[in-house]
Amino acid sequence: MWRDAALVAQRDLRIELRSRVATNQVAPFAVLVLVLFAFALDPDRGVLDRATPGLYWIAVLLAALLAVTRSTSLDEAGGTRDALRLSALEPAGIFLGKVVAVAGQLLALELLLALGVAVLYDAELSGFGLLATTCAAATVAVAASGVLYGALVAGLRARDTLLPLLLLPVLAPVLIAATRAFEAALGTSATDGWAWCGLIAGFAVVYLVVGSSAYGALLEDS
Amino acid sequence: MTLVSRNRSTAGDPAADVEPADPEEASASTASPATRVLGALSLGAVVLWLLYGLWWSPPDVEQSDAVRLFYVHVPSAILAYAGCFLTTVASALWLRRRTPGWDALASASAELGLVFVTITLVTGSLWGRVTWGTYWTWDARLTSTALLAVMLVGYLALRRVEVTPAGSVRAAVVGLLLIPNVIIVNRSVEWWRSLHQRATITKLDPSIGGEMLVAFFVGMVAGALVFAWLLIHRFRLAWLEQQVERHDLDAAVAARRAEAGAAGATSAVEAQA
Repeated sequence: MWRDAALVAQRDLRIELRSRVATNQVAPFAVLVLVLFAFALDPDRGVLDRATPGLYWIAVLLAALLAVTRSTSLDEAGGTRDALRLSALEPAGIFLGKVVAVAGQLLALELLLALGVAVLYDAELSGFGLLATTCAAATVAVAASGVLYGALVAGLRARDTLLPLLLLPVLAPVLIAATRAFEAALGTSATDGWAWCGLIAGFAVVYLVVGSSAYGALLEDS
Repeated sequence: MTLVSRNRSTAGDPAADVEPADPEEASASTASPATRVLGALSLGAVVLWLLYGLWWSPPDVEQSDAVRLFYVHVPSAILAYAGCFLTTVASALWLRRRTPGWDALASASAELGLVFVTITLVTGSLWGRVTWGTYWTWDARLTSTALLAVMLVGYLALRRVEVTPAGSVRAAVVGLLLIPNVIIVNRSVEWWRSLHQRATITKLDPSIGGEMLVAFFVGMVAGALVFAWLLIHRFRLAWLEQQVERHDLDAAVAARRAEAGAAGATSAVEAQA
């Protein structure tokens, strides 16, 4: 299973490296979202400073939607889905491989966005241990649920509009928890950031388990 | 729940008269004598509910007439969550056993869940307007119920897109995740709000009694009857849809076979000639 996961992750990341969709489209889009937030909330009124953690995670989620759509569409071209089905790869391995690939892209994106808020919003980053752990847990959570829901809408006519409708309400707890944990790390709120981190980790585990077990049925039947 | 050859018993049904009376096909009606009785009972219970809720029970000391909204609000909230629970269980059983009935049940109960969630949200926000002075507040229970409504909309949207066995598998996975998602959302939102505001204001007055308690229980029973009645009809409709699809597929396959057979016969004749 792990070998299959590594193979699929390698393939997805190699395609991303060669096609450069992530670097040329998804990353600029995420930065653009940050700029739009600054337009909407006047930077001089102090709203932006207080809202930085939330805006950061909204930008991550919106960019993640694009990354997941992209990851799903990779398997739709040229009968790749049939090839995957016929290959002897374990479905759980395929799922985990895709999660790793999406998570890798999201981590790079989060680093870029962290730089973005530091430069554009003049945010002072602190509490790096908590920030990094939150990012890691939330990345796995978003990638696992994203790849699962991506597979659920794969090949449908209305997949581009269905994916946000299905995925975003499910990700609401991750948004809440990651925002609170960031606020705790940046010292703007006196909540227990590590407890929120635990909630995200629990979410990630649930989706990794459900995804690995359900991916086979989704691959077979669609 | 037999559906075949119920045409005779639905002779008085106007819907049955429109359909061709082919004994080979399933009935066009989703009613049966049992559901007619259930429907009549639901109607009676709803009338009783209205009488109790609007006239016979006294206004509350603090909330005055606004308390009457609770007789709709609380039963519909309970039934909405029951519908979601049923969807998750039926989805799990469908994924496991692949019996089409579970799939139909999951879709039927999700639809009813959405209807009752909508009633819950509307009555809740009207009550909030009267009592709190605002239609909406970011209370934990309100927020998670609203997210539940969005999830149900997503589930039903997925079901609409593809009405095939493959589409049912996708829908079943979403249905299976419905209750776990609701639990996670509920926990996180409750935790989130408890940091900002101490008390939840949605608690029903514990000193409720007498006529008000009766009105509430009548509401509960009437709501449950309506829920069961609609669920059975919706389930049968979904079942009939499945039958129609299977029937169409069989007919198409038979037509192709006949065509191929005819072509084969003519080519054989030509070869002999």
